[in-house]
Amino acid sequence: MTTEALTSTEYIRHHLQNLTCGMHEGALHCAHSAEEAKEMGFWALNVDTLGMSLVLGVVFLVLFRSVAKRAAEGVPTGAQNFVEWIIEFIDNSVRGSFTGRSALVAPLALTIFIWIFLMNLMDLIPVDYVPQLAEHLGLGHFKVVPSTDPNATIGMAIGVFFLVIFYSIKIKGLGGFIGELTLQPFGKFGLPFNIFLEVVNLIAKPVSLALRLFGNMYAGEMIFILIALLPFYLQWTLSLPWAIFHILIVTLQAFIFMTLTIVYLDMAHQEHH
Amino acid sequence: MNINATLLGQTIMFAMFVWFCMKFVWPPIIAALEARKKQIADGLAAAERGKHDLELAAKRSAEVLREAKEKAAEIISAGDKRASEIVEEAKAKAEVEASNILARANSEIEQEVFRAREQLRTQVSSVALAGAGKILSREIDAKAHNDLLEKLVAEI
Repeated sequence: MTTEALTSTEYIRHHLQNLTCGMHEGALHCAHSAEEAKEMGFWALNVDTLGMSLVLGVVFLVLFRSVAKRAAEGVPTGAQNFVEWIIEFIDNSVRGSFTGRSALVAPLALTIFIWIFLMNLMDLIPVDYVPQLAEHLGLGHFKVVPSTDPNATIGMAIGVFFLVIFYSIKIKGLGGFIGELTLQPFGKFGLPFNIFLEVVNLIAKPVSLALRLFGNMYAGEMIFILIALLPFYLQWTLSLPWAIFHILIVTLQAFIFMTLTIVYLDMAHQEHH
Repeated sequence: MNINATLLGQTIMFAMFVWFCMKFVWPPIIAALEARKKQIADGLAAAERGKHDLELAAKRSAEVLREAKEKAAEIISAGDKRASEIVEEAKAKAEVEASNILARANSEIEQEVFRAREQLRTQVSSVALAGAGKILSREIDAKAHNDLLEKLVAEI
């Protein structure tokens, strides 16, 4: 806890507040409270989310790129072994779910899986460490898990959504895509109903992607914060089992996001679904 | 928990990471994996070929060994035959030689016997003559009984 004066509610609110920076009352600065952040409106940035995602993405790419640069067909060792194991796993998943041929889908799946995995993994850092550190550096708030920020998950889901639309139009043509939205499943006489169903179907994809990941990670984070309210000598009795269980959730959510992305793109590539 | 421009930043970052991954990470690693797969397959095929070659070689060596054994047996039996021939020849030669020696010895013995007999005969006749002469020297004229004596000598 930052100070003894904080009540539990304040503590929780503090932990759930992003480091939001934007224009407020004519000046560029970072919000000190949730109300201030809200007043900044849409044109503000959650610096902690963006910073952590950037760092984690760069960690992922640097690691994999360093292996890719010296990848040889000889006996793999160390990091190469590990990276190849992951790549093989992703490749098998893509081959299993994606029937078309695309140079994009497999690297996309890899990026999603590792990036989300790393973002989720930040959840295992004890909840007070980073906010305390940030406080000493003069930052009022710092949420270390980017995937507990809906902006991050919705941002990724929007990326996937654009790809789904892009490939639907690329493979089936604009007419084919519109036809799919309007002429199924009840033929041209059920047109309004078709549009309603298909649009809901289409929109549900990114929404479910984003909210599933966000909800799981947010809930997990919340429980860690609640456990942190216990006396320090009791915390481990709950935080340890939850952390161990959370390792599963962390991996599983990354995997689900990846698999659903592959499936959605596969559906976009197919003429009928 | 406000929805704000972070969303756009995140989307852009996502797109950039995916692009980088697609361009610089995925292809080289997959290429290395494929190359290794091919190398392993080649290695296995080579091993299979090697095994096959080994089998053939083993078969051929067994064949060669068998031929060599046969040839050796042939040579040995030919040698045996030749040896027994040589022995037979030597035996025959020795027999001939032996019979020759025997014949020569026989003839020599016969000659000796003959000579001894001649000698004996002449000596006996002369002894008989001398004896007879001594007994009958006075009564019998040697000349008168010479015929009889010669007949006697011939008879002995």
